[in-house]
Amino acid sequence: MIGAAPLFSLWAEPLAVHALVLDPAPRMISLPAPERRFPTLTRTHPGAVMFERMIHDLWGLEALGAEDGRPLLDHGRWPVLNPLSGRPVRHAAPPPQPEFLTAWGEGVRQFPIGPVPPDIEEPLHWRLHLLGEAVLRAEAQPGFAHKGTLGLMLGKSARAAARFPARLAGDATVAHSLAFARAAEAALGVTVPPRAAALRRAMLEAERAAVLLLGVSRLAEAAGAPQLCARAALLREAMLRACFGAFGHRLMMDRVLPGGVAQDIAPEGLPMLLGAMAAIGRDWPWLLRAAKALAARLAGMGIARPEPGVVAGGIPARAAGLAWDARADDELPPRAAVLDSADAAARLWLMLAECDDALRLLRLALDDVSPGMASAQASSALSAPVPGVAGTGFALVEAARGPVLCWLRLDEAGLIAQAWLHDPSWGHLPMLETALAGAELHDAPVIRASIPISASGMDL
Amino acid sequence: MRLIRNALRPLSNPAPEPDARDVEELAARLNAVARARLGRALAIRHVGAGGCNGCELELLATRNLVLALQRFGLGFVDNPRQADILLVTGPLTRNMVEALARTRALLPEPSFIMAVGDCAVDGGVFKGSYAVEGGVQQALAPDLAVPGCPPSPTQILSGLLSLLAVQE
Ligand code: SF4
Repeated sequence: MIGAAPLFSLWAEPLAVHALVLDPAPRMISLPAPERRFPTLTRTHPGAVMFERMIHDLWGLEALGAEDGRPLLDHGRWPVLNPLSGRPVRHAAPPPQPEFLTAWGEGVRQFPIGPVPPDIEEPLHWRLHLLGEAVLRAEAQPGFAHKGTLGLMLGKSARAAARFPARLAGDATVAHSLAFARAAEAALGVTVPPRAAALRRAMLEAERAAVLLLGVSRLAEAAGAPQLCARAALLREAMLRACFGAFGHRLMMDRVLPGGVAQDIAPEGLPMLLGAMAAIGRDWPWLLRAAKALAARLAGMGIARPEPGVVAGGIPARAAGLAWDARADDELPPRAAVLDSADAAARLWLMLAECDDALRLLRLALDDVSPGMASAQASSALSAPVPGVAGTGFALVEAARGPVLCWLRLDEAGLIAQAWLHDPSWGHLPMLETALAGAELHDAPVIRASIPISASGMDL
Repeated sequence: MRLIRNALRPLSNPAPEPDARDVEELAARLNAVARARLGRALAIRHVGAGGCNGCELELLATRNLVLALQRFGLGFVDNPRQADILLVTGPLTRNMVEALARTRALLPEPSFIMAVGDCAVDGGVFKGSYAVEGGVQQALAPDLAVPGCPPSPTQILSGLLSLLAVQE
C-alpha cells in the first residue's frame, strides 16, 4: 500500500484508512476498507502498531495480520464501542484488566507509575520492568485523557469546531489551531489575508519559544539543576504575560480561526513582546553556560531513535540526525540544526537552539505586523469569509514538540464529515519507551523530561 | 462551611494580568491563612483528569511563581496521604474515574477538593462527549470551582485563598 516511504501518521474513516507518508514531500495515501478490514502495515512499518490499535478502538477497522491487537485508547469504560465507526455499539461490560507486554527472567519485577503520576502531570500509566535498578522494558498505556475530541467535531462548521483542535494539547494550541485552519482553508479554497498570516506566524513562534523554555525548565528540574529550572520558568512567564498583553490570552487559545485570526495584536502588546524577548536575550549567555554544565551530565543518556518505518519529526528526531521540519518550505524557513547523538544532551541543545530561532522568526513576523498597527484594521484584513461548501484538505504545522497534522472532509454544507488530528506524541511516545529501556531507574525522570509528550494530544 | 460552587464565576471574565507585587501579596496572605487554619504549610495533590494540559501548564506557572517568591506556605506533594487539597483539572474522562476515586480515598480528613478550569467545573467544551463524565462534580463534591480556560495563576492563587478563608 505505501511501499517503502516512511510513515508519519495513520488514521481512518468508517470505510477507509489514510496514511501520510514522507516521499520525501508529505503525501497522503488512502486505502478503501469496504469489509472494515485492511492489511496491517506493521510488516513493513513496525512503528505503525499504535496507530492500528487506535484505529480499531475508534473506527472499528481491523488490521489483518497484526500481531498486537490490544486496545490502546479504549479501556472498556466508554458507553459505546468504536465511537467513530458510524454505527457505534452500546457497551456495558465491566472494564477488563489492561494487558502489558512482559519481560521474563529471574529477579525481574514490575514497577507501575500512574495514571496519576508524581508532580503536576497529565494522566499516563507506565509499566517498567526492572532488574535491580536497570529498566529492561518500559511500556506506556495512553488513553486516560481520551475526551472524544474527533467525535465532538463532526457535524459542526469549521468555525464552530475550531475550539476542539485548540484544546487537543495545551502546549500546542496555536499549532493545532493553525493546522486545523489551514486544512479547512485548503478544503474550501480560502486565502488568508497577509496581515492575518503574519499574526499567525507571530503567535506560532511565540508559542514555540514559551514551550521550549518550559521544556528546558522541566528538564533542568528533573536533572537537579534548580537555577536553570527557575530562570527558564521565569522567562517563560515573561513570554506568557506578553502574549496576554498582545493577544488577550496567555496560551493564545482560540486566536487562530479558519479564514484568519480572531483579533489583531493589541498596540500595547507589541512593546511587551519585545520586552520579553529582550529579557530572554539578556539572559541567553547565562542560560547557555548553565545548559553546557547540564549537558555534560546528560551526554549519552536516553538514546532515542525513531521506530523503524516511521518519521516522528520534532526535536527528538532532529537530535537523531533526521532533518525534517514542517516549516522547511515556508517563506521564512527555520535555521534548524540537526545533531545525531540522539541523547538527552542533544535534545537540550536543540530546545535552546530552536527557542533562539523562534525568537528570530517572531521578530521577523512582528516586523510585518507593526506597520499596520497605527490604523485600526478592517476585519477583512484579519479574516477571509469561509464558504459552506464541500472539500477535503490536510495541513502540517511544526509545533514546539514536532509536526502536527490535521485532515478534514467537509460535506456540501461545509460541515465536518470526517476529521483527524495528529499530535507528535504518536511518534515520540515509542521513542521515549526505547530511550527508557536500558536506563537506570533514577535517570528515568530525566529521560522522560527530555522527550516531552502530550498525553491529551495522543489520547484525542 | 462549604463554599458555594462557582462562587468565583465572575473571574472567568478575562481579568487583567497582575504584576508580580499582586501575586506576592496573594502568596503571603495565603501563607498566613494556611498557617492560621491548618497550623502548617498547605499541601496540594494535583490529579489531571484528562484535560488538554492547559490547566497543568498554568498550575506549573503558579507553582513556579510561588517558588520564585520564596513563599513556603504552599506546596505540591506527590503523596496524597500528605495532602490537604485535592486539586483536579480536566473534564473527568471515563478512563480516569477509577484513578480519581482511588486517589481521593487516600487523602486524610479534613481535606478539600478544588476543581480548576472549565473542564473540571462541568466538562467545559467536552460536555456531552461519550468519553467524559462532565466535570469533577460527577464523582466528587468540589468545595471550590475555579473556572477559566485555563484560569491564570492569579485566579488559581486567589481560589486557594478563598477556599481557606471560609473554612472554620
Ligand atoms: S479548562 Fe481549558 S485549559 Fe483547562 S484542561 Fe480544559 S480545555 Fe484545557
